[in-house]
Amino acid sequence: MTRLEALVPPKELRRGPQAPYQRGLGGLTDHLTAMAEGKTPLWWWILFIPAAFCAAVVLPAMLAYLISTGVGVWGNNVPVAWGWDIINFVWWVGVAHAGTLISAMLFLTRQHWRTAIGRAAEAMTVFAVLCAGLYPAVHVGRVWFAWWLFPIPLTTDMWPQFRSPLMWDVFAVNTYLIVSSLFWYMGLIPDLALLRDRATSRVRKFIYGLFALGWTGSARQWHHYEKAYLVLSGLATLLVFTVSSIVGMDFATSQLAGWHETIFPFYFVAGAVFCGFGMVLVLLIPLRKWCHLEDIITLRHIDRVCKMTLMMGCIMGYIYVMEYFIAWYSGSPYDAWVFGHRLFGHYYWFGGWIMIGVNALLPQLFWIKKVRQNLKLIFVIAVLINIGMWFERFTIIVGSLYQDFLPSSWHPFYPTWVDVCTFIGTLGVFFTMYLLFVRFLPMIAVSEVKAITPQADPHHPLGGAKGGRP
Amino acid sequence: MNGAPYGLIAEFDSPADVLHAAEKVRDAGFRRWDVFSPFPVHGLAKVMGLKNSLVGWFALVFGGSAFLGSMLMIWYMNDYNYPILTGGKPMFSPPQALVPSYILLVLAAAVGAFVGMVALNRFPRLYHPLFKHNRFALASRDKFFLVIETSDPKFSETETRALLESAGSTHLELVVE
Repeated sequence: MTRLEALVPPKELRRGPQAPYQRGLGGLTDHLTAMAEGKTPLWWWILFIPAAFCAAVVLPAMLAYLISTGVGVWGNNVPVAWGWDIINFVWWVGVAHAGTLISAMLFLTRQHWRTAIGRAAEAMTVFAVLCAGLYPAVHVGRVWFAWWLFPIPLTTDMWPQFRSPLMWDVFAVNTYLIVSSLFWYMGLIPDLALLRDRATSRVRKFIYGLFALGWTGSARQWHHYEKAYLVLSGLATLLVFTVSSIVGMDFATSQLAGWHETIFPFYFVAGAVFCGFGMVLVLLIPLRKWCHLEDIITLRHIDRVCKMTLMMGCIMGYIYVMEYFIAWYSGSPYDAWVFGHRLFGHYYWFGGWIMIGVNALLPQLFWIKKVRQNLKLIFVIAVLINIGMWFERFTIIVGSLYQDFLPSSWHPFYPTWVDVCTFIGTLGVFFTMYLLFVRFLPMIAVSEVKAITPQADPHHPLGGAKGGRP
Repeated sequence: MNGAPYGLIAEFDSPADVLHAAEKVRDAGFRRWDVFSPFPVHGLAKVMGLKNSLVGWFALVFGGSAFLGSMLMIWYMNDYNYPILTGGKPMFSPPQALVPSYILLVLAAAVGAFVGMVALNRFPRLYHPLFKHNRFALASRDKFFLVIETSDPKFSETETRALLESAGSTHLELVVE
């Protein structure tokens, strides 16, 4: 048996030929670059204008008000010193994680289907980390001293305090932003060269050419490029586990009931990936239709993302059960109090029910194949997962803080309009950047998708091999 | 046409064709030649005799030095230069310093891999003689090109042309600098 025959699965496992492969490499290229080269569609403007307004007007106005007045414009109080700022920070970091998992971890495990959605998911990562990083920077209060967080020699002769997980967080989030941007940009280089080669106007040729760095696609360039891509994938995979672990440790190393749990690093990683898959579905289901990519991002891709979401949902369920079990089994009255109040508390009793209902039970619908093929239903579930994960962070942060050890200091938390508008502003930043990405850069990794077609395999008849079998 | 000739460019329609042509060119003993394709062609690096890329070493050196440098930095800042006791934690303990140092290892190694890729490919190089060839833009689309440079000691316009024609090239042309 030849190597090729060994790779062909038995008849029962063989899948039908994929539509894009019928077009040949040239047709595939035209199809995948159409969005970045064609006319701007109407839906793009309808989404872009409000998003850009939120990003360019609402968010700067809120930040200016916050910085000029003080963090008191938010609903934060004592004891709830962490409010929407940290909730949204953790939520955005979580959204980012699925992108890295899809592009890096599935690359290392040689899941070829990732090529169709990897680029779009990576872009989601980069933009979500940007939004996440904004919150800790402004919530320090005296923003003009935020640079004290970095190990720079100061006139006060003071150094950052590296024994605190909050300090580790500064490094983790910045590293995540830089590494995921590098990974994303490096993956773009061959496709930027493609757009340069196809450009019809001088301006486009110049700009794409500048960022393509002079890529020619020579075998030597590919050789170094593939190695660098492999190394970056390995490093980015490490970040999938470390960034949210460190965010989890911000909580776990405190003495607060509801936070002081050894499961937190793992809990936050699982929650992050789960929420991120929700966002991938929210972005890709409409985009594949509007950008006419139904035969590239097929129902099989959506099906697989749904299965991953289901798996993460089951992990969330396990963690919730374990949290309640430990709260009871530890015998700590404070733990029992906090977890009891998550379900039957004074103010935030809805939080626990939303966590269990939306994050652990709702994804169980994905066991049913009909659900995994119903795009509208998947979209609704994915939106609910994002909302559910937001409420999970709300419950963990506010729900654990507002009734601390001293009843005299108990205080409920209500967000102010500034909290709400700041969050809307970051959503605007995210969607503005994402829409610009979809419009001006190839949303699908063209060279990667081409590389997995049979036409690209020199040992396949479609790739020009003599003999062999189709 | 003016300028010195840069090389002979041969166009192929499929990855298998260019792979076979590369085998022939290698067997003929050429040194200064390269293949251009829209994606990495499987098996080509072996035919061309490309050795393991040094990018991994870049990442290792960058990452390793960042890790050691960071451990040293944390010890210097929190234990030697300005020790402050907080939460009864030791001034310097390797398990605690490990986390930020590990993060900086990942950061520096990723930067190292990228810098390595850019440096080994001699980027940014915005001009290349082949960009003048009007069919070369297809190298990022669906065509495969094999270029033998005129500076190769074995290059002879008629014989090299005959070799590439026999290898099944659909389009052959001499490119000038």
